[in-house]
Amino acid sequence: MKIHVQDFDFYYGDTKVLHGINLDVPERQVTALIGPSGCGKSTFIRSINRMNDVIPEARGEGLIEVDGKNIYAPGTDVVALRRRVGMVFQKSNPFPKSIFDNVAYGLRIGGMRDKRALAETVEKSLNRAALWNEVKDRLHQPAMALSGGQQQRLCIARALAVDPEILLMDEPASALDPIATTKIEELIWELKENYTIVIVTHNMQQAARVSDRTAFFMLGRVVEYAETNTIFMNPKVKMTEDYVTGRFG
Amino acid sequence: MKRKIVSRLAEVFCAVCVLLALVPLALILFYVIKEGLTSLNLAFFTHLPKPVGETGGGMANAIVGTLILIGLAALFAVPVGCIAGMHLSEYPSTRFSSTVRFAADVLNGVPSIVIGLFAYGLLVLPVKRFNAVAGGFALGLLMLPIVVRTTEELLRLVPAGMREGALALGATRSRAVFSVILPAALPGILTGILVALARVAGETAPLLFTALNNQYFSTNIFQPIASLTVQVFTYANSPYDDWHRQAWAGAFLLVMIILTLSIVARLAVRRLERMNRA
Repeated sequence: MKIHVQDFDFYYGDTKVLHGINLDVPERQVTALIGPSGCGKSTFIRSINRMNDVIPEARGEGLIEVDGKNIYAPGTDVVALRRRVGMVFQKSNPFPKSIFDNVAYGLRIGGMRDKRALAETVEKSLNRAALWNEVKDRLHQPAMALSGGQQQRLCIARALAVDPEILLMDEPASALDPIATTKIEELIWELKENYTIVIVTHNMQQAARVSDRTAFFMLGRVVEYAETNTIFMNPKVKMTEDYVTGRFG
Repeated sequence: MKRKIVSRLAEVFCAVCVLLALVPLALILFYVIKEGLTSLNLAFFTHLPKPVGETGGGMANAIVGTLILIGLAALFAVPVGCIAGMHLSEYPSTRFSSTVRFAADVLNGVPSIVIGLFAYGLLVLPVKRFNAVAGGFALGLLMLPIVVRTTEELLRLVPAGMREGALALGATRSRAVFSVILPAALPGILTGILVALARVAGETAPLLFTALNNQYFSTNIFQPIASLTVQVFTYANSPYDDWHRQAWAGAFLLVMIILTLSIVARLAVRRLERMNRA
């Protein structure tokens, strides 16, 4: 198991938002988290790279292991963790820099100075994110000039550049049009050959299309977690069936 | 019908108010340009003031002096103000931050003459000599609250997503601030600095007890130094026609410097924003 979560609780101040999450994410597969708004999917995915650390008064309890190491153990190097566990956000967030500098950002802060190596990794990452052909002639133009879908693929390229093992995606296509969404989904399909992917999505067809396993979240609990086919065709829990068939949520 | 009349009246009322607000500005500009331009010549930029009775002469020393003074002010206020602003935006709700914010707002309201007296006590009395450093420091103190507050406001306007993006790539907090958040806010901060500079370039009172004035050409920052504002003040108060004309020319130049700073600020912002947003 790439990620092992056991009895994980999460609090914002006194409010408990995650209750005893148990979830094992297998390596090089796509695991989708579905569920109605406010059910804790985003909070959970942001716990895996400790992005919630920046929120004051927020704290997690319990166990999350990446490759068998508890990431909440004292003395954990959060910077190193985040380089292994990349993240793509709901709203594309390119930096106000050139396309090239966006992709090179993580490499540069990691200490890579060699221009050749930088250029090679940037090209490789843009290729993997299926963006290279669209931007290769304007690498030094501002990233903000790209379309929404291109910006999101740029953010994926940026995350891939530092060569993570896990990619967390928090509703990566929810702000995109159908064509851009299709591109992102195809991309996820290709990326799982090399990366372990956890994706939060509101779109159940998307979960069905891209994921190998699906977890259904409800009110801060994992209601059901199984192979995606099982969740959609043959769920064990009535609530899951009601949700995936659109009877509520 | 009645509604249309009321609407029309309101429009006229608004237009009159706008005119009332603009008329003084237009008159000032018109007068300064009319009187200033005719008194302006090459000698004004290149010559030193002449003694009373002799015609001609210029304010070369005061032009250089003003530039040195606002340079010193920026040297003091920009680093301190930017770093303080950064602290306020990074730790917005600590007690220390609220105190600093309040102090900056109070400092912003302190009359400039009081700031001048403070700089006098701090930097003139101990060395028993008026000097440019004291003048620059006084102007810097006037700039400081503006720089602090604009830096804070603009840093907080940067979308939280950018910070998260940097952190998610393994940036430390300070790295994220310096390499992503600060550059994103830079165009605005730069304008804030230029606007603050333009404001203090026109100050006279804080210089009276600090930089004083100097009839000679001096770039020594430990000596009294001339400035356009004090020179205009002195000349305008004199009984000599010749000096009055020089004062007009000085006033014209001051207005032009301030105008240029504002225009440069705008252009810089437009350029940088094109880089940012395209």
